[in-house]
Amino acid sequence: MPALPPSPAVTTRESPAAGVRLENLSKRFGSHVVLQDITLTIEPGEIFVLMGPSGSGKSVLLKHLVGLEAPTSGRAWINGHDATAESTRALVRMAMVFQAGALFNSLTVYDNLALFLREHRLGSEADIRTKVRHALQILSLAGTAAKFPSELSGGMKKRVAIARALVMEPQLMLYDEPTSELDPVMSATITEIIASLKDEYHVTTVVVSHDRDLALNIADRVGILMDSRLIFLGTPAELRQPQDERVARFLYPQIDLAHPRYKQLET
Amino acid sequence: MKAIITVFEGFGSTLQLLVQAASHLGSLPRQRARFIEQCYLIGYTTLPIVAILSFFIGSVLALQAGYSMQNFGAKQFIGSLVGLSMARELGPVMVAILLAGRVGSAITAELASMKVYQEVDALVTMNIPPARILVLPRLAAVLVMVPVLAIIADLVGWFGGAIVAKNVAFISIEPEAYFSVLRRYMKFQDVLNGLIKAETFGFVVVLVCCNIGLNTRGGPREIGAAVTRAVVASLILILVLDYFVTKALM
Repeated sequence: MPALPPSPAVTTRESPAAGVRLENLSKRFGSHVVLQDITLTIEPGEIFVLMGPSGSGKSVLLKHLVGLEAPTSGRAWINGHDATAESTRALVRMAMVFQAGALFNSLTVYDNLALFLREHRLGSEADIRTKVRHALQILSLAGTAAKFPSELSGGMKKRVAIARALVMEPQLMLYDEPTSELDPVMSATITEIIASLKDEYHVTTVVVSHDRDLALNIADRVGILMDSRLIFLGTPAELRQPQDERVARFLYPQIDLAHPRYKQLET
Repeated sequence: MKAIITVFEGFGSTLQLLVQAASHLGSLPRQRARFIEQCYLIGYTTLPIVAILSFFIGSVLALQAGYSMQNFGAKQFIGSLVGLSMARELGPVMVAILLAGRVGSAITAELASMKVYQEVDALVTMNIPPARILVLPRLAAVLVMVPVLAIIADLVGWFGGAIVAKNVAFISIEPEAYFSVLRRYMKFQDVLNGLIKAETFGFVVVLVCCNIGLNTRGGPREIGAAVTRAVVASLILILVLDYFVTKALM
């Protein structure tokens, strides 16, 4: 029986890295304003790192790019297509590495990686096997193919999530806190992987992170989200000597045992 | 007012999910493995409890009927009473209630957990519609397996009644007489109506449980709350639909 053609629901990866544009994007949940008037352009092939205090709306912003959230006002564009439109996910290949991995717990690591290719009929089972094994090899996960996500450590889960995204050959790769809850060595490893994948596949990369080292070492540009607004947009070099007092306090906080912050917050 | 809006929202989202799943009907042949897995979970694993319960429901029905009818000298009609009750009402309703408690709750728990732990979001970002791979195989499986479960429930219930009718001293009806009356007063239409009811209830239970699971938000606590909501909604819908479907089939 001849192989079925690829599903029309996906593009091929000959298309270049995707560009992102946010225009006056605002988001509120009830009366709570999460994002306010965010305007931002991310160039194709760029690594953009978005930082900010916990609860500042970084992950919400990331979800707008893949259409998991719709803006209250303003627009998000991916390669000129409206990010909220379902058709955009068919026109632009986007992959997201979720904070907790979001691996399919009922599937083995191998099947987690193969799912996208199988569902969109992107090759025979032999082709899929080659692609999955290659992705597992790149991320040093060769021995885990038959394991279930519950059998993996935190660092391995993150790497499997990255491998799963990699198999999709995305034009836009989104990472939500990829180094959170990892030890310093594993954080550095994941940071290196993100940079290598961008170099090797020329994929536009957006990383939401609290990790200062990651931002300073691999970002082309960094944005800082605070009080629902983008208060800083610049290069890592500019970030090393921030002019804005709020950015400096956020990135280089002083530990003052004589006057702890939580006591100041109480008053 | 808020509760009424929630109920209407539930109806709306359930119908929307049904339309979404139906729009992917063409993908079902490629989802053979998922379909077979769901047939196993919905049908095979539910079979023992359906058999046990329907055996005892048939038995109790024969016992109660025998006790009541002995005073009228009408105990020879126990076979028709057990037969009609099982086929037209108790078989379909019991299968549906077991599906809600056993399969529906498991479906809601699984899908709610996938939603809460962002597995459903991951599917969406991969451009794989959750309705296609999570809902459609379950709906197809329930349509295939529920009639099988309902027929087995009817048969086992009739045999349960026959055993009681023969072995309880104050009834003492031979199986030949019991089944002869059962056959005489029962039409194929009675069994068919029961199967239509079971099919309707089973389909609605699985659809509602899928929808509640996929619309769960929050953390582990909400998964438990979603399961409770799904089972309660399923039980209410079974009994409400039972009246209307029965009336429509009369």
